[in-house]
Amino acid sequence: MLHKSITGAGDRYNVVVIGSGLGGLTTANRLARSGHSVLLLEHHHQLGGLATWFKRKGHIFDVSLHGFPHGMVKTCRKYWNREIMESIVQLKNIVFDNPQFSLTTTFDRNDFTGILINKFKISQETIDNFFNTVAAMNFYDDQSMSTRELFETFFPGRDDVHRLLMEPITYANGSTLEDPAITYGIVFSNFMNKGVFTFKGGTDHLIGMMADELVKNGVTICKSSRVDRIVTEAGRVRGVQVGDRFIEADSVVSNSGILNTIYDLAGKDAFPAEFLDKVKTVRVNTSSCQVYIGIKKDAAIDDIGDLLFVSTSEKFSSDELLDMHTRSRTFSLYYPKTRPGHNRYTVVASMNGRFDDWDRLDESEYETEKQAMIERTLVHLEDYIPGVRQKIDWLEAATPKTIHRYTLHTKGTSFGTKFEGLDISRSIFKAVPGLFHVGSVGIIMSGWLGAINYGVIVANDVDGYIRGM
Amino acid sequence: MTIDEIKNVVLEIIQDIDDEADLENLNSGEALRDQLDLDSMDFLDIVMELRKRYQIQIPEADYPQLATLDSCVNYLTPRLKAA
Repeated sequence: MLHKSITGAGDRYNVVVIGSGLGGLTTANRLARSGHSVLLLEHHHQLGGLATWFKRKGHIFDVSLHGFPHGMVKTCRKYWNREIMESIVQLKNIVFDNPQFSLTTTFDRNDFTGILINKFKISQETIDNFFNTVAAMNFYDDQSMSTRELFETFFPGRDDVHRLLMEPITYANGSTLEDPAITYGIVFSNFMNKGVFTFKGGTDHLIGMMADELVKNGVTICKSSRVDRIVTEAGRVRGVQVGDRFIEADSVVSNSGILNTIYDLAGKDAFPAEFLDKVKTVRVNTSSCQVYIGIKKDAAIDDIGDLLFVSTSEKFSSDELLDMHTRSRTFSLYYPKTRPGHNRYTVVASMNGRFDDWDRLDESEYETEKQAMIERTLVHLEDYIPGVRQKIDWLEAATPKTIHRYTLHTKGTSFGTKFEGLDISRSIFKAVPGLFHVGSVGIIMSGWLGAINYGVIVANDVDGYIRGM
Repeated sequence: MTIDEIKNVVLEIIQDIDDEADLENLNSGEALRDQLDLDSMDFLDIVMELRKRYQIQIPEADYPQLATLDSCVNYLTPRLKAA
């Protein structure tokens, strides 16, 4: 059953899932299908976490639906249903445009190989070696090599090639050239398998189908239900406190941020000192800014590609991408084909960003910076769609502070944590039996495919715990 | 369970995971991953299904022992003797 508040919840469950991001939704679904009683609690009035959307003046804006790897097809078939799988479609025109190069690609290994040979004059042998090396990377491999070192090994001094290989991944998961090469290799190889895909019908349609499937499988869902505390007793999980309701559970899966889970929900006192020492080393990842652009009802724009990685910065650098005044951004284009029947065009510009840069501003500075970001974005978009200004009837911006408000994540992170967060997330139930975490961690368990697959991995841990009780 | 029964259970679970898997021509001594379109997530599904059906817990460290059909049967035989 789907409830609008906590009043619909029962008193006892095998599993309580806190948060309905793609990881939380998938863990809940998997455990319900496996025969456990599951309660899913979401603080917002809409499910999806960062897989979200909002409506303005007849527009529907997708916040994080920008493109995911082909692996999503199999993942949705196995862990959701055929209807969801069948709504996955390819985004065929991925565009790069910056002072170093301009090109259009399907973003898969074959096409990239051709581009690297013909445009960048790299030998077939070097390219094959590079692809084979990254494809063979596992998350448990040695992590001492950085992505920068990996690129320097195969393409020494070629910062144009580094840019082509790195820029899209930085937007996808907030990683930089200094992060472990394995995190790059795993994510990049996923995309290079067959290209970039999206959901026809948009985020709202997808989350709607997921909610239907959860209800069908017996999950109790309560929206607008913010968990105040994960209750532990004698070192184990006992349940959750939501306002004046205590709900008992064999296990609690938090799809909140990993640091929120430890410091705010369970509280430091619940954990052994040596575990907390490890938690102190976890770095939260950076966040995002977005500009949402709605095109008037009867206006149309030309097809300029599905996903554009554009920059006017001479050279690529992770710091430039994170700067408040970055000259680099992606444009995600949503044509009427995205939502058949909803005949509208929207554009979402995404930039990376740091929470602190925005948090330190006073109210009027914040508004001024937001307006300036919108203006820079429009000037940039006009390079690709001349005259677009006259066709726009909605403009709005989001910053890391906006993401913080909706997700409650520490420092408004939109990409979870750096690599060390994965081990904390996966071992939390060894520190407090019955407590699990699912959500963006470790760079690789991030993005839509990473979040869903991680939901399956954690569901297996929870299932093993409950059946072993 | 007998060895043949265990073999059939594993094949049945694989077929549930991938209904297009060609199990007729499977070489039981060769890695399942190399012959079928199985990835690490699929092995997790096999582990979870075995736990659901027979209440056996397979620790992560033992996953490599599920690499081939023969090694699956060898690993599971003592654990499913009473099932």
